[in-house]
Amino acid sequence: MKRRVLVTGLGSFWGGRVAQALEADPNVETIVGLDTTEPTVELERTEYVRVDANYSILSRIVKATQVDTIVHTFLVVDPTQMSSRAMHEINVIGTMNLFAAASAAGSTVRSVVVKSATLVYGCAPEDPTWFTEEMTSSRRLSSPVERSLDAVEGYVRDFAEDNPHVSVSLLRFANVIGQEIVTPLTRALELPVVPSLFGFDPRFQFVHEDDVIRAILFVLNNNLAGVYNVAGDGLLPWTEVASICGKRTIPMSPIATGAFLWPWKRLGLIDLPDEYLALLRYGRGADNSRLKHAGFHYEYTSAQAVQAFIEAVRLRQAVGDHRPIYRYENDVEQFFRHSPAVVRDQAPAT
Amino acid sequence: MAPRQPANRADGSRSSAPTRQPTKATKAPPRRTTTTRTPVQPRKGGELVHLPTAAPPAEAPKPEVRLSDVDEWGRSEHMRSFVRKAYDPVYRYWFRAEWDGLDKIPTEGGALLVANHAGAIPSDAPVIMHGIETELGRPVYGLADNFFRKAPVVGTLWSRAGGVAAHPDNAYRLLREQKQLVLVFPEGTKGPSKTYNERYRLRRFGRGGFVEIAMRAGVPIIPIAVVGAEESMPILMRLPSVAKALGIPYVPVTANMLAFGPLGALAYFPAKFKLRVLDPVHFDVEPNKERYSRSKIMDESEAIRERIQAALFEMLRERQSVWFG
Repeated sequence: MKRRVLVTGLGSFWGGRVAQALEADPNVETIVGLDTTEPTVELERTEYVRVDANYSILSRIVKATQVDTIVHTFLVVDPTQMSSRAMHEINVIGTMNLFAAASAAGSTVRSVVVKSATLVYGCAPEDPTWFTEEMTSSRRLSSPVERSLDAVEGYVRDFAEDNPHVSVSLLRFANVIGQEIVTPLTRALELPVVPSLFGFDPRFQFVHEDDVIRAILFVLNNNLAGVYNVAGDGLLPWTEVASICGKRTIPMSPIATGAFLWPWKRLGLIDLPDEYLALLRYGRGADNSRLKHAGFHYEYTSAQAVQAFIEAVRLRQAVGDHRPIYRYENDVEQFFRHSPAVVRDQAPAT
Repeated sequence: MAPRQPANRADGSRSSAPTRQPTKATKAPPRRTTTTRTPVQPRKGGELVHLPTAAPPAEAPKPEVRLSDVDEWGRSEHMRSFVRKAYDPVYRYWFRAEWDGLDKIPTEGGALLVANHAGAIPSDAPVIMHGIETELGRPVYGLADNFFRKAPVVGTLWSRAGGVAAHPDNAYRLLREQKQLVLVFPEGTKGPSKTYNERYRLRRFGRGGFVEIAMRAGVPIIPIAVVGAEESMPILMRLPSVAKALGIPYVPVTANMLAFGPLGALAYFPAKFKLRVLDPVHFDVEPNKERYSRSKIMDESEAIRERIQAALFEMLRERQSVWFG
């Protein structure tokens, strides 16, 4: 049976890329993408629906499109992008509405993939070197993004418990890095000198953005239910991350770091929220063996992911952004999808 | 096969070594069949982004790009060998460490080394680690309170030199999966924080967590009795209120501080070190169990504590001089 997939957060980095990858899969019949903003990548057959941030019309969409698979990528993990209130609205309320729609009577949903982050493990001195999927944070989670992802995971667990016929997979991604994604860490690594905390050189773990997409497709295609860490092999000291990028680190005061960083934040140069400052102090490792045992193969180790990132940065610095800029034009997209003038089912031109 | 080449290149996979790709492909053409690329086919030409496939990549793996030798625990063999070089004179000529029964420590396979702990800044940990690494040529990971992770500079150096935060999961991985030697002081900070008048009297061995880990990992426990550390930096009194204010486990006033002034915070007395490795303890329980009988754990823990204590008393009976052994 061919799949009908709903992708949340189509306008976000992940949603767009997941939809692109799904379009290439002949076993996927229909892709419906939701977001508050328009897609930023070119899509051929994905149907884009504009919704409000917390998905109040979702149950109608689910019923109307009869989707059997939901890929929930619309989760904010970068707190520098919005206020914590907006983040709460998207992460917690959005997920709540999504699962309410998915578990409504007569729902056709049979598998759900949620993209969470290893942020839910927190970051504290009491932590083990490697977090496995059963472990929880050593301390009470303190930052808004960690707490909101934790709440999201609570809804995921409840949904999985209430709907045993649905295959629910929860993927926790380590720090994502790669050719395109922008996160607080990539911004820090693009600075002329990389900020660090004086006297601390914790070990970081990265996962390449391609491996993120591949992992989402992998759990979809194999119907893997359960919680999985998705993280590249190996832990790198922060100084080594910087030196792979060909940079030096500049130590910041480990006490009152927030006050020290305030002017830099105001200048828009360094924006490292609390959970990243904790990471610069203690680091975090997530054990990726469960997904590997399920048969997943990582293309990049942590170090290789950083290497791929810095190579892309160098290319961008040399030639600018060489990829064509895409802008979503509703009329054009509608024409190609629905106009009788367009000849579909052509043999693919190679 | 040939027409597929440019198409593969166009999807942006592997841009790091474009010159080597054709030779790789000609060497192993059967692996580039379409079946290995299912279930997700790359989209046809003109991609905006690289479309990853869910299948394992057919190309040779990328070269690893590590620039340092820091392992997942933070230990760096480079740093360790530097420390060994710097510490060797201290070990050899200051403490004149002398081992008895070093052959009881296995040269391969995991084992949990358990010792008594003493001295305001414990001198036993570096002596044991240095001794085993130089004599047996295998690394020793020293478990310690996670206080070290909070301490700037010191914590990083400690970690590079083979220190690991004492978490049951860390110990299990080191022992079971990586078959390493792990050193632990079950007394915790209660050992080194005791004052000189209580020297060589072992504190409680925690809650027996070390026994449980060894049982779960299926490795033997090797007890080590250390004489000399107590006298190398004896504590005269503790300053609990200062410790509380600084947020560290204890703040000692040592005899070294009285003797050497401020330098005494770091300088040891040249006490003679004697270390005795006792017979390994094997547990006849199944490894990897969820939990073990609490009473068995406590009995084993207490038995090991008593054996180390007995060995210490015996070594002290034989000792003629604190400084010359």
